[in-house]
Amino acid sequence: MSRNRWSTNLQASAKQSTNPNESAIEIHNLTKRYGTKTAVAGLNLRIGWGEIFGLLGPNGAGKTTTVNVLSTLLSPTEGTAEVGGYDVVNKPQNVRSIIGLCPQQPAFYPFLTGRENIQLFGKLHSMPKDVLKERTDLLIKKIGMEDDADRRAGQYSGGMTRRISTIMALIHDPKVALLDEPTVAMDPVSRRAVWDFIRELRAQDKSIVLTTHYMEEAEHLCDRVGIIDEGRLIELGTPSELIKKYHAKDLEDVFVQRTGKKLAEAV
Amino acid sequence: MKAKHIAVLAEKDLKRVVREPASLLMLLIFPLMLNLAFGVAFGGVGSSGPSDFQIGLVNLDASSSHPEWAGRLIGNLTSTDGILLKQYLDNASGQSDLIQGNLDAFIVIPNGFGNSCESFWAAPTNASQWTNTTIGLYVDSGSMIATSAVPAIVQQVVLRTMFGDVRTSVDLPVVISSPALIAASTYSQWDFMAPGMFAFAAMFITMTVAQSMTTEREGGLLKRLAATPMTNSEYMLGQTISNMAIAVVQVMIILLTAFLIGYRPATNAAGLAFAAAILVAFSLVSVGFGLIAATISKSADIATGAAFIFIMPQMFLGSFVPLGGLAETVGVFMPSKYVTDALTTLFLRGAPIATLSIWVDFTIVLVTGVVVVLLGILMFGKVGKK
Repeated sequence: MSRNRWSTNLQASAKQSTNPNESAIEIHNLTKRYGTKTAVAGLNLRIGWGEIFGLLGPNGAGKTTTVNVLSTLLSPTEGTAEVGGYDVVNKPQNVRSIIGLCPQQPAFYPFLTGRENIQLFGKLHSMPKDVLKERTDLLIKKIGMEDDADRRAGQYSGGMTRRISTIMALIHDPKVALLDEPTVAMDPVSRRAVWDFIRELRAQDKSIVLTTHYMEEAEHLCDRVGIIDEGRLIELGTPSELIKKYHAKDLEDVFVQRTGKKLAEAV
Repeated sequence: MKAKHIAVLAEKDLKRVVREPASLLMLLIFPLMLNLAFGVAFGGVGSSGPSDFQIGLVNLDASSSHPEWAGRLIGNLTSTDGILLKQYLDNASGQSDLIQGNLDAFIVIPNGFGNSCESFWAAPTNASQWTNTTIGLYVDSGSMIATSAVPAIVQQVVLRTMFGDVRTSVDLPVVISSPALIAASTYSQWDFMAPGMFAFAAMFITMTVAQSMTTEREGGLLKRLAATPMTNSEYMLGQTISNMAIAVVQVMIILLTAFLIGYRPATNAAGLAFAAAILVAFSLVSVGFGLIAATISKSADIATGAAFIFIMPQMFLGSFVPLGGLAETVGVFMPSKYVTDALTTLFLRGAPIATLSIWVDFTIVLVTGVVVVLLGILMFGKVGKK
């Protein structure tokens, strides 16, 4: 395994060797049904390299289902999805090697320390030992957990587990980061730290898909957003474009005008 | 498949065992406590001496034309170590004492027993010339040890009465070898139970595997792992290897504890090595059942119950509980029975390691383990992560 494959310094990390004309993620007519319930209906989407894309919508809108399909955990009922040029159904192992998934509920081993949890996932991506150590130290410092990284994760606060969970997804320097509600229930300081971190990923030409129902987060962070409701993509554009289009004061207002309901009610 | 992935996952599981008190208790301390408790309760520790079987006997053949055979049988029973023989004048008195718990067993020498023995020796190769009789044997069903040991001892004494200590060369319809007599006087109840207890202790890995995997699933960790390059097979092999490693430690603890409380199996180092090997092979069966229990369970609580579906039949039909009738028939389907049988042959009968039957037992357990683990992997790969 070449050491050059892995970056230990986020700022100095090389750009992804990607074709600018190639999308990081391509979704065509994606539909996912559970019995008679349709979670995602006919979704079409292209997301580029170096882009932070926000999937917005209330709980149950289909955001997590979309992320689960992109991360190969679910198979589409209809349509196709490609990540980094790999089909999620036909080439799942290739997809898994280039993605980093941060699930909505922080999943970690409580009997391992924060550092051990992070390194477990690095090892599963076959990172060289020295690179893994360097990168673990770097990322732990970046999220401000130097003093707590060697404590058992079961003793962490909610915010700390979310920060560790995020690093577990990104330790292997993935080309595509799938972050499902990464800042839910986080304190403002932790949230800002995660936002800064996500922006750094963009600077390295990573593709980031971020699901959130915090409109403020989407406005500050995302290059483009897709508003999804009841499984359908109902709006797509940059935050400023959408706000301008609806003469709205913010994305929350866009959602209200577009769906006729408040996001809080929908949630 | 990457060996590094398997090693990483196995290491993670071993850390869980070491760091979570509940896991440590279940996997290591529980078998140790079980061993100690049963050892103390059934004679391995603090016993005042060897236990003897109180056996009653009535001789209904005293007035026959060949009473010497019955006399020889009574003499042999009396001289057998570990038997305290009490003679009765009538059947009813003996049966009464047996029911009241004053006897472990009661033997009825039937009228015609001497004639039967004579008829055999008159025509050893012609069964049609024999006069058949049946020795009545009644054993206290409340005594596990008596039901296990007494019939075997009596059978040996009858054989000795008819043939002496020399191996017979007589061609019989059913060939009976002349095994060494069990010197029951040197055994406690624990000695008879220990082989089954060793198998019993290794069954609980099923519950641990089922619980740990369902807990990972409930916590979203299986999904998270599934989004990495790790494959299903790597995950399962990680589980299998870590639990096999735990099984090795369990086996060592159990054997060491048993030794410390006075258990002295009638075998040598090779026999002990064989015992460790068959117990580890049996732990493969337990891991496989754990994988299946995890697959069919939606939560850790349900997994506990599901694990007992696999544990209970093996406990009652293949470990330290004596079998008879239908239970014995059903018991042949229990992998634990073969472990108990092999360990009993080694530890109690003192059979050498070259004995064919223990290798047959080992093969059955190992093949069952591999099949059950593969089935578990197959089932878990299909539905286990959902």
